[in-house]
Amino acid sequence: MASEVRQATADNLEPGGERRRDFLYVATAAFAGAGVVPVAWSLVNQMNPSADVLALASVDLDLSALQPGQAIKAAWRGKPIFARHLTPEEIAESNKVDVASLRDPQSLADRTKPGNEQWLITLGVCTHLGCVPLGAAEGEAKGDFGGYFCPCHGSHYDAAARIRKGPAPKNLEVPPYTFKSPTAVTIG
Amino acid sequence: MIRLGALAVGLLFVLNVLWGAVQPREAEAPNMAEELHKHPKQMVWAHNGPGNLGIFGTFDRAQLQRGFQVYKEVCSACHSINRVAFRDLADLGYTEAQIKTIAAEYEVATIDSNGEPTTRKATGADKFPLVYANEAAARAAQNGANPPDLSLMTKARHDGVNYVYSLLTGYSDDVPKGWNKPETSYYNPYFHSINIAMPPPLAADGQVTYADGTAATTDQYAKDVTAFLTWTAEPKLENRKETGVAVILFLIIMTGLGYLSYRKVWADVKKA
Amino acid sequence: MSFPWAKQYQPTSAVGQWMDERLPLARFVYGALGPGYPTPKNLNAFYNFGVLAGVALVIQIITGVVLAMHFAADTRVAFDSVEHIMRDVNGGWMIRYMHAVGASFFFGVVYIHIFRGLYYGSYKPPREVLWMLGLVIFLLMMATAFMGYVLVWGQMSFWGAQVITGLFSALPVVGPSIQTWLLGGFSPDNATLNRFFSLHYLLPFVTFGVIILHVWALHIPGSNNPTGVDVKSEADTVPFHPYYTAKDFVGLGVYLIVFAAFVFFMPNSLGEPDNYIPANPLSTPALIVPEWYFWPFYAILRAFTSDFLGVPAKLWGVIGMFASILLLFVLPWLDQSPVRSNNYRPLSRILFWVFVAVALGLGVCGGKPAHEPWVRLSQVLTAYYFAHFLIILPIVSKLEKTSPLPNSISEAVLAKYGKTGGGAPVAQPAE
Repeated sequence: MASEVRQATADNLEPGGERRRDFLYVATAAFAGAGVVPVAWSLVNQMNPSADVLALASVDLDLSALQPGQAIKAAWRGKPIFARHLTPEEIAESNKVDVASLRDPQSLADRTKPGNEQWLITLGVCTHLGCVPLGAAEGEAKGDFGGYFCPCHGSHYDAAARIRKGPAPKNLEVPPYTFKSPTAVTIG
Repeated sequence: MIRLGALAVGLLFVLNVLWGAVQPREAEAPNMAEELHKHPKQMVWAHNGPGNLGIFGTFDRAQLQRGFQVYKEVCSACHSINRVAFRDLADLGYTEAQIKTIAAEYEVATIDSNGEPTTRKATGADKFPLVYANEAAARAAQNGANPPDLSLMTKARHDGVNYVYSLLTGYSDDVPKGWNKPETSYYNPYFHSINIAMPPPLAADGQVTYADGTAATTDQYAKDVTAFLTWTAEPKLENRKETGVAVILFLIIMTGLGYLSYRKVWADVKKA
Repeated sequence: MSFPWAKQYQPTSAVGQWMDERLPLARFVYGALGPGYPTPKNLNAFYNFGVLAGVALVIQIITGVVLAMHFAADTRVAFDSVEHIMRDVNGGWMIRYMHAVGASFFFGVVYIHIFRGLYYGSYKPPREVLWMLGLVIFLLMMATAFMGYVLVWGQMSFWGAQVITGLFSALPVVGPSIQTWLLGGFSPDNATLNRFFSLHYLLPFVTFGVIILHVWALHIPGSNNPTGVDVKSEADTVPFHPYYTAKDFVGLGVYLIVFAAFVFFMPNSLGEPDNYIPANPLSTPALIVPEWYFWPFYAILRAFTSDFLGVPAKLWGVIGMFASILLLFVLPWLDQSPVRSNNYRPLSRILFWVFVAVALGLGVCGGKPAHEPWVRLSQVLTAYYFAHFLIILPIVSKLEKTSPLPNSISEAVLAKYGKTGGGAPVAQPAE
């Protein structure tokens, strides 16, 4: 009656014993490992936007008080939104530009909703490094092209908020939005 | 040496605490409230599932909506549910449009373009506003009482779900002899101090009219609003139990496999 | 250090060899929890609880780090941020319930671990430092759990902070200043909440460090075992891996099943409903009680009701409560018996179970309001608590006639196998 431990090596197992054991061990480890996946996912997912943040993901904007030539700032998802009521001159000026010559070729029509070309709604975030450009509020510098001017590194945007001069690579981004009425939009 | 010291210290503590034990006790005044106080009635709830065990079971959506109606038409006069957002009502089966309509019935604080405080219609993203701006305002309006926020009520009391139901249905005009009840209070043996400042909120059948034809009785109101408040306190209850069943099934299988592996690993030791 | 027959780590790849010569981390793990740690082969299920305690701490740290991403340590919003976690954060309810229930389970596991050590004499030489490090971990846990409970900023959080810091005000002369210093004010407020949050985040990592020392100290003499007899030969041991990794895996599975049952089906059953009421400095709950794992010590605190030798009762309570834990540090020198395991100490074994009953009784008393009969009962039980360690155990351990020990672990295992198997005659140990 020796009581020493017999080491589990191949030579003291019955034929086929080792494979059966291996299968059981692998199955156990694999099953437990599979359980790690949902645990890991819940640890990752908790960092995604929470329900209250998502609930604020859309904002309603009232444009009725906005006269041609004026712009307002609003906040959407923590970022500034510029809503601009373009004047007929600005619209004409924007449409005259040769789209192909632009750094980020887009026509005004690409950047507005059909029938609502006078309403230009963009994010107020410079596409260079994320500063807020000037030009939305009364009396602010509008840059060389009469749109927006980012003071951080001197990017100039035109009335259609397209990049015309300076380091920014893209036009100001147009957020998703829909018109609820002729002067009310929902952004997001 | 160390043991002699221990003996001395031990005797010190033992004699000290036993000295306290043999001191005469002042007779405790009989506490009538304790005698009158009743434990909550044990009810069966949809969200407790089969056997009322709480393992399975989901909320009864229609009941939650009725409970919300009772809350809105009765409780909300004095009690807020400030931790619940209007968007949460989607859980009750309301559509986005319905939620918008419900939210628009409430006003929440905001600032106008001149920076002056004003109010606007609530949206789905807002929470149910407070009824009283602060405790002082509540006490001033409520004869010195402070109606608590109900969002967490069913978790903030022992056996909270049954407690809320029992409290709502536990009012009695039958005040026992010798019990001192002030004029401004009501007798309710389920309340911790027996005298409760809240008048019976569910006073008469027919007080709330249900659209779905459910019997409009005070007992039904109490059940429905209790179910609703169970949801406000634990909105993830269904999700929690579903996850729990899956997790435990997984763990049982994992442990079973682990046990078989363990038997195999130890087979040659046990044989020794 | 290890037994001479311990297997040595052999790198199996060139990369492993390269790393082993530079940072032998794999060698360290191999020797600590792998095949390189020879472990007595007769450890029973109670020996699972050390590993389980480690797992419980890891669960607390992981869920705690997650909660800290959403929690706001400001008295105006702390409670709201907890409810934000419960309602809006993705899966936040689960993580918070795991953390809250996990605290209770951590204590439950550690209590079983401690009682296992008491029963099998694991505090006796050469494991005194191991035992004392364990007590340090226990003290750190208590501080951490208390501060964590305050963070919720519910009614019981607030009044718990008030009462526990109030203990220090019992100290003569400096007491009130110490309480004010602890709170950073004259009552629990923002300063208190913020410092508790800071320390609640720090201490678990300190605890983790002490656990590494605890495991280190364990590996010097090796694990104790239910016979308390030293390991004598290779026949007495099995490599930790795969034998005890497999066994601990089963224990872990069972633990997680029970844990999940609480987290998912009765997450609030171990907590006080009052803590779902936001803190109100102007209204005290009817009954201030700590979480269940502090009840025995809370009972001892309240058991001292009379001034004694000119020292006020309140101070005695505080001294008694701290003494009840600190005396465990000298336990290795109070118990003089050369025999470790209570399996071979008939009288001590009875005393052990009496002590278990007393500890449970104190737990019950601690959760009750300070009325009779609970106060008198807790006084009698407290008297026994101190008498057990400071008077009875030193005397009994000296006088007790112990049963004969098996010559070796293997022999004890064989004897048990022979009894339960009831088959072939086996060599019985002299009994």
